[in-house]
Amino acid sequence: MSDVTATESLPAPIADTVDNPVSGIDQTAGNFSYKMDYEFDAGTGLSEKTVRYISSVKKEAPWILEFRLNALKQFLAKPMPTHWATKDLENINFDKIRYYLSSGQKPKRTWEEVPDDIKKTFERLGVPEHERKFLAGVEAQFDSEAAYSNIKDIVSKQGVIFVNSTEGLREHPELFRKFFGKVIPTGDNKFSALNSAVFSGGSFIYVPKGVKVAQPLQAYFRINAENFGQFERTLIIADEGAEVTYMEGCTAPKFSTSTLHSAVVELVALKGAKIQYITVQNWSANVFNLVTKRGVAEEDAEVRWIDCNIGSRLTMKYPGVVLRGKRARGEVLSIALANDGQHQDTGAKMIHAADDTTSNIIAKSISVGEGRSTYRGLVHIPKTLANCRNNTECDALLINEHSRTDTYPAISVRGRKNSVQHEASVSKVSAEQIFYMMQRGLSEGEAMSLAVNGFVNDLVKEFPMEYSVELKRLIELQMEGSVG
Amino acid sequence: MSQLEIKDLHVSIGEKPIVKGLTLTVRSGEVHAIMGPNGTGKSTLAKAVAGHPSYTITSGDVLLDGKSVLPMQPDERARAGLFLAFQYPSEIPGVSIANFLRAAIQARLGEGEELDATGYYKRLYSKMDLLQIDRKFTSRAINDGFSGGEKKRCEILQMAMLEPKFALMDETDSGLDIDALRIVADGVNALRSTNLGVLMITHYQRLLGYIVPDHVHVMWDGRIVKSGDKSLALELEAKGYDWVKNELVPA
Ligand SMILES: Nc1ncnc2c1ncn2[C@@H]1O[C@H](COP(=O)(O)OP(=O)(O)OP(=O)(O)O)[C@@H](O)[C@H]1O
Ligand SMILES: [Mg+2]
Repeated sequence: MSDVTATESLPAPIADTVDNPVSGIDQTAGNFSYKMDYEFDAGTGLSEKTVRYISSVKKEAPWILEFRLNALKQFLAKPMPTHWATKDLENINFDKIRYYLSSGQKPKRTWEEVPDDIKKTFERLGVPEHERKFLAGVEAQFDSEAAYSNIKDIVSKQGVIFVNSTEGLREHPELFRKFFGKVIPTGDNKFSALNSAVFSGGSFIYVPKGVKVAQPLQAYFRINAENFGQFERTLIIADEGAEVTYMEGCTAPKFSTSTLHSAVVELVALKGAKIQYITVQNWSANVFNLVTKRGVAEEDAEVRWIDCNIGSRLTMKYPGVVLRGKRARGEVLSIALANDGQHQDTGAKMIHAADDTTSNIIAKSISVGEGRSTYRGLVHIPKTLANCRNNTECDALLINEHSRTDTYPAISVRGRKNSVQHEASVSKVSAEQIFYMMQRGLSEGEAMSLAVNGFVNDLVKEFPMEYSVELKRLIELQMEGSVG
Repeated sequence: MSQLEIKDLHVSIGEKPIVKGLTLTVRSGEVHAIMGPNGTGKSTLAKAVAGHPSYTITSGDVLLDGKSVLPMQPDERARAGLFLAFQYPSEIPGVSIANFLRAAIQARLGEGEELDATGYYKRLYSKMDLLQIDRKFTSRAINDGFSGGEKKRCEILQMAMLEPKFALMDETDSGLDIDALRIVADGVNALRSTNLGVLMITHYQRLLGYIVPDHVHVMWDGRIVKSGDKSLALELEAKGYDWVKNELVPA
């Protein structure tokens, strides 16, 4: 094991061109030609060399390299979870993937070259002008430093630390190391191991005791090449009595430079703290989105995941909460939309580990065309505990004949003093409903999107205003293509 | 002045003929009542005119102001001025009455035209007050968990908001209590005075006491077999459909 020190010179970039970095936005929309040069590039394929390279570029401390190398071993040793998950996972070619890109891209595409329908989509979604260019890949750097430093200034006055993962581990090791990789151990699953080996980007946040952060912290403001990356790592710690909301993603179709996105997000809510984590993501149809998200809630603490997944080829994501202290509360509210050729395999995990803990799961999925949604839930309440409660509700909406939905709730609730409530429903938008709405003057597409928006309406209300408006428009756009 | 002409209309469901050559013309401001036994094809007629995709028009035509509506999609027909008050209105979970009607009105505006939200709500509330529908209903999902009578009132509210040229009212009276019947009738009469033409399907003479029809037609086995003025409805009520049936038996 060799230590990489900050002074060591960096290896030359392995390649300066990329096969298909714009597997973007809408593959059918037009032919992109796109070429980028990367200042730092780990090349394709995954080996110890790749991991060492990433660690050296980031000038990491030896313990982090150690952590990465150990993770790589675990990743390589672990089989694909295809004994329970879809065989489509076998189509990921790990040798073809680019594991690290840093800043310094010079995109060659101009705004004029961006296909009209993509521009139109941005318009319909109300994406601000300057963000459109970034999302379309015209600008590599999202010019929002002003907005970001503003928020950073405000919260740093309260003692909040809000940095990226590299900076977090470098500048505040004593703080972050304590929880880093603890909520989600490296070997939790094959993809958490992968992330642990090659992570870069993501946010590290610490909110001091009793501090209530008034405005949501947004990853949106912090988009740069790294955060747009595939293997971001986020750790949020809310100290005793602290409160914070974090939002990531945006509803605009995401220009993706890679076909594999595998993030790890860990949340730690100490005694009486509250963390709310909101995700709205719209991946392009070639992306494998395999994300591990988990939070731990100590006594009287609350962790709440609001998760909205649209697009991607395959999403596997089951946000979880470990209810570790008495009276802790955990909640997962999720919306998944699977269009043609897409598979949303989502759900939630609630691990009760103390008395008087409560958890709530509401999952809604929409399958359009040949789209497929799967709900997987896990609720665990051991019999040694008392007064624990879980409520699980999963509702699926099928739009066409060929769409498909499956539900796999695993609820292990022991002990007579605990209670669990489970409801599941599968519904369809009926021809009669569509006719009824069309009879009032709505086109078939409008009728369909209204019905779908109605189906998710009670959950969308929980989203911050600007997200819920965007989400509605996004559903409209998705539904337009679904009707003949 | 508008007119809705139904000309020798034949409608099938699958292979089965239901409406078998029906002719009828409704002009602005007129109220035509259609009465007839269960399963005669009254609802089929109304839905076929509105463009329901399960109903095949095998021959005949439906003209709105001289122009055939048959090539038009249901939503185009609606925007052209045809309204169907359903016998069994659909429930649309999660879609509030306010949002639904707003979308429906927006759909009638031109490209780039935006609905004036304040004016819209003002109008919505005034129509609701008129129909004595609690304002709280604006945020309730359309017909979701509504009582039978509430659904029917909600249909009339939509009609009042959308201001069609012609309304096909399919048993709007069934399920309404006596007070609601009068309220709904007042609403329809008010619209009638502004030139709405109505084709009213009903089983009961009572409604016709409130909304006095210009013409009454008896439908039997997919056809109109007898037409007359409002007295026909009274006669029917007194004698029952057997009377019509007996008249039909060739002498
Ligand atoms: N979707 C359908 N599939 C098969 N048969 C149908 C369908 N809809 C209606 N019918 C049949 O068509 C005939 C006419 O039905 P319709 O609903 O038009 O009658 P109606 O005159 O409105 O009766 P009611 O007074 O009971 O409302 C009935 O025999 C009915 O069973
Ligand atoms: Mg009927």
